[in-house]
Amino acid sequence: MPAPARRIPHPREKRMVFANIDREGYTPDIECYLRNGGYAELKKAVTLQPADIVAEVKASGLRGRGGAGFPCGVKWGFIRPGETKPIYLICNADESEPGTFKDRYIIHQDPHQLIEGMIIAAFALNVHLAYLYIRGEFPHGAKQLETAIAEAKAKGFLGKNILGTGFDLEIYVHRGAGAYICGEETGLIESLEGKRAYPRIKPPYFPAVLGLYQCPTIVNNVETLCHVKHIVRMGGAEYAKLGSPNNTGTRIVGVSGDVVKPGYFEIEVGSITLGELVNDLCGGVKPGRTIKAIIPGGSSAKVLRGDERFKIKAKAADGTLVEKEIGVLDIPMDFDTMAACGSMAGSGGVIVMDDTRDMVETLNNLNHFYAHESCGQCTPCREGSLWMRKITDRLLAGGGAVSDPELLASVSNNIAGKTICAFGEACSWPTMSFVAKFPEEFAARAKKQVPAFTPPEFLSETLIGESI
Amino acid sequence: MSNEASTPAPLVNVQIDGAWHQFPKGTRIIEACSQVGKFIPRYCYHARLTSPGNCRMCMVQLGMPKMGPDRKPELGPDGKPVHNWVPRTNISCAQDVSEGLSVRTDSDVVKEARKAVLEFLLINHPLDCPICDQAGECRLQEFSVDYGQANGRFLEEKVKKPKHVEIGPRITYDAERCILCTRCIRFMREVAKDDVIGIVNRGGQNYIACHPDRALDSNYSLNTVDLCPVGALTSTDFRFKMRTWFLKETKSICTSCATGCNTVIGSRENLVYRQTPRENGDVNQAWMCDYGRLAFRDLASPERLLTPIVRGGDQPDWNTAFASIANAFKLVAPGQTAVIASGKQTNEELFLAAQLIKALGVTLHDIVPHTSEGDDILLSADRNPNTAGAKLLGVSAATPGANLPAIADGVRSGEIRALIVLGEDAAQIGLSPFALKNLEVLLVLSTLPNATTAAATHVLPSAGFAEKRGSLINKTGRLQRLNAAVQAPGIARDDWEILSALLGTLTETAPGFATLEDVFQAMAAATPAFAGLNLGKIGDLGVQLPTASF
Amino acid sequence: MQIPPPLLTQIDEAISHYPVSKRSASLPLLHLFQEHFGYISEEAISWIAEKLELQPIAILELVTFYPMFRRKPPGKHHIRICKTLSCALAGAASLRAKLCEATGIPAMSHGVAVSPDGKFSIESVECLASCGSGPVLMVNDDFYQAVTADEIPTILSKYL
Repeated sequence: MPAPARRIPHPREKRMVFANIDREGYTPDIECYLRNGGYAELKKAVTLQPADIVAEVKASGLRGRGGAGFPCGVKWGFIRPGETKPIYLICNADESEPGTFKDRYIIHQDPHQLIEGMIIAAFALNVHLAYLYIRGEFPHGAKQLETAIAEAKAKGFLGKNILGTGFDLEIYVHRGAGAYICGEETGLIESLEGKRAYPRIKPPYFPAVLGLYQCPTIVNNVETLCHVKHIVRMGGAEYAKLGSPNNTGTRIVGVSGDVVKPGYFEIEVGSITLGELVNDLCGGVKPGRTIKAIIPGGSSAKVLRGDERFKIKAKAADGTLVEKEIGVLDIPMDFDTMAACGSMAGSGGVIVMDDTRDMVETLNNLNHFYAHESCGQCTPCREGSLWMRKITDRLLAGGGAVSDPELLASVSNNIAGKTICAFGEACSWPTMSFVAKFPEEFAARAKKQVPAFTPPEFLSETLIGESI
Repeated sequence: MSNEASTPAPLVNVQIDGAWHQFPKGTRIIEACSQVGKFIPRYCYHARLTSPGNCRMCMVQLGMPKMGPDRKPELGPDGKPVHNWVPRTNISCAQDVSEGLSVRTDSDVVKEARKAVLEFLLINHPLDCPICDQAGECRLQEFSVDYGQANGRFLEEKVKKPKHVEIGPRITYDAERCILCTRCIRFMREVAKDDVIGIVNRGGQNYIACHPDRALDSNYSLNTVDLCPVGALTSTDFRFKMRTWFLKETKSICTSCATGCNTVIGSRENLVYRQTPRENGDVNQAWMCDYGRLAFRDLASPERLLTPIVRGGDQPDWNTAFASIANAFKLVAPGQTAVIASGKQTNEELFLAAQLIKALGVTLHDIVPHTSEGDDILLSADRNPNTAGAKLLGVSAATPGANLPAIADGVRSGEIRALIVLGEDAAQIGLSPFALKNLEVLLVLSTLPNATTAAATHVLPSAGFAEKRGSLINKTGRLQRLNAAVQAPGIARDDWEILSALLGTLTETAPGFATLEDVFQAMAAATPAFAGLNLGKIGDLGVQLPTASF
Repeated sequence: MQIPPPLLTQIDEAISHYPVSKRSASLPLLHLFQEHFGYISEEAISWIAEKLELQPIAILELVTFYPMFRRKPPGKHHIRICKTLSCALAGAASLRAKLCEATGIPAMSHGVAVSPDGKFSIESVECLASCGSGPVLMVNDDFYQAVTADEIPTILSKYL
């Protein structure tokens, strides 16, 4: 079936990075990009001092758009001035967080924006060799990017002596092969080095110090690098006027699940609420249904109950901080408020579930994902992610024991904070939050008694087979 | 290890469980804690390998000094820095101490973290203890007792992985027991320089494997068994042989080459079951090679010589044997005796052999060189453990083996009437049993029969390396000592006792040495290199002799 | 192992992208082999290891870690269908069942399941990053989104 009809941006959107996505007649080749003002920012950037570009990015308040939301300027600032080792830039195009679908469109429809953003970033960071790590399941995307790189090189935007400045840069596309953990920056670096994608311990392997080939390395998300181009265009201070302090710029969010009109939207950070996003932009849930649960930032983000209420601090008209109570749908799509409500902006992948959905089944689907994607390097995640999956499998098969909800909470708490990388949090937060927010659904499936000391021959089948 | 003076690293102040200490910059947190008596449980960390930080067992709580607005640490009422405590636990194996750091090794949150990690390690671990060789020296057992929780909460089916895999000719691997600490992989890559094992599969299904075209067959493979904290990698030779808690442990050294790796001999009821390396930073770090490690197996050979043998038939007692030897030597004039000694003998034995050489007017004497391919890890090309001692004590020719052709010629021509062979086989210098039959006296000390003992007039059963005491000098001039773990079989005797008695018999004097210590004393008095030393002073780690003495 | 010259050229080109360490070319070479031969054979593992001067275990480690690499030939056309949450909510499970029906592949199959006539194989994969237009699937390198059951014959017919 042909791709869905091109979407018209919603009036509440502010398209900047996605300005060319779904545009009638817009094609991914460089001629189209140039006709639309492409590479003007690169031409501007190479006239600036690299340190000034870094300063602009710092001033912009740009936070990483890959999921962690770490301030990009601060990350760039970790590169030691006067560094003598080669510095590498890696674009993380391994978009794999369930619920997230934004980088795909940039790669397939507007690849030159990404290339330009990368070249500008490389220039700012004194990088001469950069890699574009793209997930293996985007074969056309990889070809698209390779074509774009060749086109850019032919026009003198890449390769030796870019735009006559003496600045050299090679970008190579590197395809991954189906591992979500390659989205973790040190896992990505290991994968790029030709090894299993085992994330590195920090300290001492901070990428900006000991990254690719043990050299300083900056890893940035696709969308983040595109924002860099726009920051050079408008200046950091101007960019920071979008959104709100500490939550600046625009971001691309994607909504999927039980909404009438799923899709992607580029909005000023925090300019619309979760409710406006789901109900106004996505047409809400189907008639007769209610919102039961929303995962606001990719599957690793803690789930929010449809009827949850939060007490947050907000600025009143006179500038003082007052406490106010809001519901889930009132949460603005930003970084800080979402975090204050116990979840995260993450990668912007919003998944909506209505009242027909079983929360244990939902969690089980995610537990299967995390158990499969765990790299297996460290004890809590390797053992714990599989354990949590087996428990929810057993719950669904009718073998839920009375102790299971508390066990799930305990196991997930034992993983988070004890692992080498953030996958520990990613795999445990779903279980932690689903069990905490929907205790009644888990309790309904956890009715069987387990003897106090299980003999060695006690099998989980016993629990599944036994009727209550 | 060099004794050069080097600028000591600056000291930093670190607080551990409330008490302030100082450590050189560059000390790992986990080591610093050990040094002040706070052992941190760990699996993947090993002081001599890189730290991957994957087991998560060595968690501690870290506090960083709170910085004031002047970028200097805020001080509390006791004049010491105040700390901001990191909310989550941190591993202690991959970070060095820093100025003002505070560490809590046994707070509640640390205890909970350890319990959690142990629980995760045990949920898929098979209940193999009753059949697992590691029991008794298993860190999973030990830490479970010390830091774990009593009840299991796991109700699911455990992950099934390959068991008793012949991952190498000397190693059996059990993937279900494996905790993926990767010590084995890192050892093979970083020390054995044979990057032959890796991890296959992903997540909870992963385990250690070799590519089908290769095997874990390096000469250093068995070190991975020592390193393995659980019973995943076990020695096939030792498999199911003996429970570790029954083993008597004797500190000794390996005698299979000139390196002299420090060892522990594990024995029970006079049988040696295994050898493991003993840590000595100046000799073998924490390793030994498989070739030397498994060399104890000959000690229990059913072929062991158990009694003296005279003229191929009689098996008299020692006194009768010595009397026979004394009589036989009456028919030999001074200067008609040659001695083939051995680079495997201890210094004390070589000293006594030298006395014998002098007493019998022997001019032709030497040791038999044994050389083979060495490597640049531990194995020396010189397969004699005490070439240095043989040269120092004047038993070997200046170039070991230089006199052997003359000895062989002398025997064949009949100029040599008596040949004493100490722990070697004359066939190795080309003397066939036919040639040896010409000798008036062929006196052999040996542990096992060979072509020479078959042709001998007098065979005296001696002791294997694990059955005797003595000292040897390794290739770097380090004086180290052997300890006896088991008794020699039958009525075989320690070589020094035999040689001392022989000396007495053949010189018609009373045996001059009551104990091995007496021999060492006499040896030290006659050899400047040993001045001031005795067997006790050699200690467990040996003593480096001054190089001028060689 | 016979490597056709055009593939050798591609291999050398790929290696040239990693001037610092040849080992980095492991994944690109595995992709090239799978694209050309359809799967990664034991000979391929040994060949790549030798080419990159690595121990063969170093390549075996990768093949067993990265799920995209198949060690057995797939069907003539390989279908990957997403099973993660958003696509599951959009009906991926029943779509998969219908696909199995249409291709003759047993529904309860695991891994890469090949149809009896060898024309197709099916594999359930994790999130393909197109959650807003689920359920999604790929046939070889072709991507299909918002797939409904009645579209299955049309899609499959393109590849017969």
